[in-house]
Amino acid sequence: MTSQEIAALLSERFGERILESKPDDMNPWSAVDPSCILDVCRFVNSDDRIKMDHLELLGGVDYEDRIEVVYVLYSMKHRHRYTLKCRLPREEPKVATVESVWAVANWHEREAFDMFGVVFEGHSDMRRILCPDDWEGYPLRKDYKAPESYRDMPV
Amino acid sequence: MEVDYSGDIMTLNMGPQHPSTHGVLRLVLKTDGEIVADAVPHIGYLHRCFEKHVEDVDYAGVVPFTDRMDYCAAMNMEQGYVLAVEKLMGIEVNDRVRYLRIIMAELSRIASHLIAAGTYGNDIGSFTPFLWCFRDREKILDFFEETCGARLLYNYHWVGGLMHDIKPGMEQKIVEFVDYFEPQVDNLNRLLSDNYIFIQRTANVGIMSPETAISYGVTGPNLRGSGVQFDVRKDEPYLGYEELEFEVQVGKGEHGPVGSCWDRYMVRIREVKESCKIIRQAVARLTPGDVREKVPKRIKPPAGEVYMRTEAPRGELGYYIVSDGSLKPYRLKVKSPCFTVMSAFREVSRGAMIADIISILGSFDIVLGEIDR
Repeated sequence: MTSQEIAALLSERFGERILESKPDDMNPWSAVDPSCILDVCRFVNSDDRIKMDHLELLGGVDYEDRIEVVYVLYSMKHRHRYTLKCRLPREEPKVATVESVWAVANWHEREAFDMFGVVFEGHSDMRRILCPDDWEGYPLRKDYKAPESYRDMPV
Repeated sequence: MEVDYSGDIMTLNMGPQHPSTHGVLRLVLKTDGEIVADAVPHIGYLHRCFEKHVEDVDYAGVVPFTDRMDYCAAMNMEQGYVLAVEKLMGIEVNDRVRYLRIIMAELSRIASHLIAAGTYGNDIGSFTPFLWCFRDREKILDFFEETCGARLLYNYHWVGGLMHDIKPGMEQKIVEFVDYFEPQVDNLNRLLSDNYIFIQRTANVGIMSPETAISYGVTGPNLRGSGVQFDVRKDEPYLGYEELEFEVQVGKGEHGPVGSCWDRYMVRIREVKESCKIIRQAVARLTPGDVREKVPKRIKPPAGEVYMRTEAPRGELGYYIVSDGSLKPYRLKVKSPCFTVMSAFREVSRGAMIADIISILGSFDIVLGEIDR
């Protein structure tokens, strides 16, 4: 399927919950209402026309007025790619986990939590993954200030 | 794997300083006698937050950072990055640059797979293959050194071109090396791949089904080891790989179920030969040209975002770059193949013997610099 067809199919299936679509971008994407991301992901993973069985990348982007969680999806069967985005508020960003759809999301979501403080609700193991457990702050946020010391060691 | 546990569980810590973890990886094993009921990887010991650092440097300055992710295949790391930026800016490089990049990437793939095979043999308990592999890898590093001055971390790929052209006559030397090297692969097979002890230690161990592999986002030789015919060079070609003839090698399960450690290992060995084929074809197509012809004076991509992936030796390497139209990347996110395969480790190793943990870990061929970034 072309990205235009995927965008049209998503709009047809989910209506207003697809907030915005840019299928002609270099990296075609649709912004999804955070409350239904799990439904959309289940749909794109199970529907035979799309069959996005491979979650290539999941990561956050801090746009200073919001945090976006980006899901780059790929279909091993149809060899097409599409990107979903979830726009979250910077204060207490929360979104449902998609761990049940793609197992790899477990670690990717832990990384997004570690770096941006996005809490994935329903996640089986919501801990930091790269930074130490007692690290303070979320390093990849734009307003992050690195601490001068960690456990009395200069950073 | 279905195992009846006695219920007498002992917790065993392995790493971060352990010679078989290929870097600083810590595993917490829950063992029932010799059987591993659960193996939880703890990563992050090499975390440098490279993705934060690069937000403060210009696009050209990012290349040395990418080198330091997978230091065993730095050529492929920087290649993925420059291709992503070129896609964002709409730069088309000339044929000489394309083929030189292919040659360098494939040489680097051979060098990387040689490390994988050599250290894997070492993990399992045979020392000679390690020396053989490193002997041939040195020859490849000599080419890199002659071309750009560095043996491991090159900064050789530039956005829009290459740092230097190869020395006159080097293409001939590369072909001579390939001619010398191909029979060495057969020697390695006789010594290690077909060795009875090696097969016993790897062929029925760490079976990863294709469904598990895809669900865990496993890519590259590890995915192909499970029998899935997928290679970015074939399925989403870049740099003109579609013009070159080579086969995608997959695990066939000669010595047990498909998707075992032996299959993953053997895919790499077979891929090395395919890389030799590619190098010969690319050298034959080299035409004169200026390798810095398209290097922009100032790298300032338009606002937008791009996702570009390439086939690195350890799997699919993706760069997601968000540009705000300034001189520095607004956000750069790397999809690291080792990170995703490591997330499947817990699933694959459940029910294995303690000694098999080493075998499974070695067959994944991870580089911690890339997992932790």
